[in-house]
Amino acid sequence: MSNDADVLQIQDLQTSFFVDDGEVKAVDGVSLDIPKGKTVGIVGESGSGKSITSMSVMRLIRNPGRIKGGSIHYNGEDLLQKTEKQMQKIRGNKISMIFQEPMTSLNPVYTIGQQISEVIQIHQGLSKKDALSKSVEMLELVGIPSPKDRVKQYPHELSGGMRQRVMIAIALACNPELLIADEPTTALDVTIQAQILDLINELRRSLGMSVILITHDLGVVAETCDYVAVMYAGKVVEYADVHTLFKEPKHPYTVGLMNSLPRHDMDQDELNVIEGNVPKPGEMPEGCRFAPRCPFASDICTNELPDLMETEDGNQVRCWIYSEKWDGDPEVNVKNDYQTARSQ
Amino acid sequence: MTTKLLEVNNLKQYFPIKGGVFGRTVNHVKAVDDVSFYVNEGETLSIVGESGCGKSTTGRAVLRLDEPTNGNIQFNGENLLDLNKKEMRKKRKDMQIIFQDPYASINPRQTVRQVLEEAMAIQDAVPKSERVDKMMELLDTVGLGSHQLDRFPHEFSGGQRQRVGIARALAVDPTFIICDESVSALDVSIQAQVLNLLKNLQQQYNLTYLFIAHDLGVVRHISDRVAVMYLGKIVEIGEKKEIFDNPKHPYTKSLLSAIPVPDPSHKQERIVLKGDVPSPIDPPSGCRFHTRCPFATDKCRDEKPELRKTETMTGTHEAACHYIEDIEAGRHKAAE
Ligand SMILES: Nc1ncnc2c1ncn2[C@@H]1O[C@H](COP(=O)(O)OP(=O)(O)OP(=O)(O)O)[C@@H](O)[C@H]1O
Ligand SMILES: Nc1ncnc2c1ncn2[C@@H]1O[C@H](COP(=O)(O)OP(=O)(O)O)[C@@H](O)[C@H]1O
Ligand code: SF4
Ligand code: SF4
Ligand SMILES: [Mg+2]
Ligand SMILES: [Mg+2]
Repeated sequence: MSNDADVLQIQDLQTSFFVDDGEVKAVDGVSLDIPKGKTVGIVGESGSGKSITSMSVMRLIRNPGRIKGGSIHYNGEDLLQKTEKQMQKIRGNKISMIFQEPMTSLNPVYTIGQQISEVIQIHQGLSKKDALSKSVEMLELVGIPSPKDRVKQYPHELSGGMRQRVMIAIALACNPELLIADEPTTALDVTIQAQILDLINELRRSLGMSVILITHDLGVVAETCDYVAVMYAGKVVEYADVHTLFKEPKHPYTVGLMNSLPRHDMDQDELNVIEGNVPKPGEMPEGCRFAPRCPFASDICTNELPDLMETEDGNQVRCWIYSEKWDGDPEVNVKNDYQTARSQ
Repeated sequence: MTTKLLEVNNLKQYFPIKGGVFGRTVNHVKAVDDVSFYVNEGETLSIVGESGCGKSTTGRAVLRLDEPTNGNIQFNGENLLDLNKKEMRKKRKDMQIIFQDPYASINPRQTVRQVLEEAMAIQDAVPKSERVDKMMELLDTVGLGSHQLDRFPHEFSGGQRQRVGIARALAVDPTFIICDESVSALDVSIQAQVLNLLKNLQQQYNLTYLFIAHDLGVVRHISDRVAVMYLGKIVEIGEKKEIFDNPKHPYTKSLLSAIPVPDPSHKQERIVLKGDVPSPIDPPSGCRFHTRCPFATDKCRDEKPELRKTETMTGTHEAACHYIEDIEAGRHKAAE
């Protein structure tokens, strides 16, 4: 799967938290390639391991958490082999991250200008004065009006949308090659979300960055991503280009997720739910993790965990239906048969 | 025959802002500013709008969880604002509310049995001897299963906890339920389960819902009629189909166009609004939307538009904009 055109290659990443009740395998064998200049979406429900995957890339996992295994190649070098000192040079410089909650990631006692300047000074060695004028430029770039006044303000004096713009300004201050955005718009209203997504798209194009966009909103994925990884219970269950994923979703979980989505642009009588709940960390099924909720689950599914398999169109899916070993209905079509299978 | 179960007229909710050395009221947050609407028996009216526009405040005022500053609230033909505290508490047997956060709204130290017992006891809604049977029935109704009666909230998932909240609301046989962002915190697969449940319960018990939400997909799914709020005012209201397929107010249109559609081949014209929602402490003059509206003129800055109906609107559809006809006919264009 190795490819020169990938800025990042995650191989079999395993990150666990060792808590009183035992080991929580938050990320359990995730493999994912991020092509240069593209946006890759990671979708999945709460607790599926999206944030921990990206924190692992940044090497920000703290006790009781630990990256247990795998590799994360960035431009050919394994980030997991780097020292903390080497990582500090990469973090915020080559690879930047925007977090879910803008208010908690900004320091309330420093002005916006001080916070952006600090990052620029650390990584680019500019003088205090030059760093501040660069900060003003950055605020302008992310569309904050009267940036010269804004650099003097404190985070609480800005609205949620503006704070998120500031976070983006900080993340982009050193022209990173890769931007990881963890639910950058979840806490925002849709009209502000639209502004921020447009901004990220535009900056990606003009600066030639790659972006990992973490979200649980399939609408956001459809509008901003080139490729999509769907995660379920610590694993990638489907990886495809965005058009194929929405036109021909292959994994039963992906189909279920799409069917449960209430749409504002069409009428639906009843939402087609996925029965049951996401498995608890300590109660992971032995075989396919989706088996207890899957309308297609067959004998092999409850006994053996399927691998992430390459499909004919070059995408990937983790489901026995697409393997030679499939022991259920050979004619099954996941997308078309999901509803009928569900009601049986 | 449709009967209005709830009718709200000229509702105002101003929160005082204290300031200065003497802690005097220096200003007001005009959270809800002259809002009128009704909800027919057995239907769902949704209130949508951006955060801080006054949705929750409207719901709380209807239940008199906050005392409204001004207005008239008729429920079942009775003016709620005429009731004293005790009478109002009794009324809450008919009027229940389910909140956004299933974690915060349920006491973590109580089992499901205790939560339901308490709800029934407060209203004395069910004779003691029948309570356990009723609880089992409720748990089955909300899809939790009666075997979960002695469990604690932390043993449940978010969706299950929201079901406990629903069971608690249903425990006193209400006719009217306010759902304030009741599914917003849930993952889509769980959200769908709870939405289906709310819809089924409505049919089964002829419930009337005031549904507060910011997710327009959810709203389209659950509502009969929809009210769109902006900065403390209703700017457009009407049958669901009208609001989604024939919106007239520039704010409603931009709100709808801002929602990402889960279909990569769909290319929508997006109306990107500039700036943020202004402060409700000192709302813009004239039309409150004029600071962000691409169609705003001097008239919009000076004159307040009233809710009204034009020839191209059907049913109970109304919108508050000076230029509905002109925008539609292409005579009035958005500024660059
Ligand atoms: N500090 C921690 N200690 C123990 N378990 C943790 C810790 N942080 C995360 N986890 C567990 O790791 C798993 C993955 O968490 P993660 O934050 O990556 O989820 P997510 O997909 O980002 O969810 P969300 O959509 O809610 O943000 C979850 O089961 C979570 O409970
Ligand atoms: N108890 C209160 N005191 C002062 N201001 C309040 C209070 N409750 C709500 N507000 C303000 O009223 C406005 C509307 O709030 P709310 O109804 O909660 O909005 P939403 O539409 O998001 O539910 C906001 O500006 C909010 O900050
Ligand atoms: S492997 Fe089996 S249980 Fe898992 S998703 Fe595929 S069909 Fe369903
Ligand atoms: S009245 Fe004016 S400002 Fe208000 S919505 Fe209509 S055109 Fe826009
Ligand atoms: Mg997360
Ligand atoms: Mg609210």
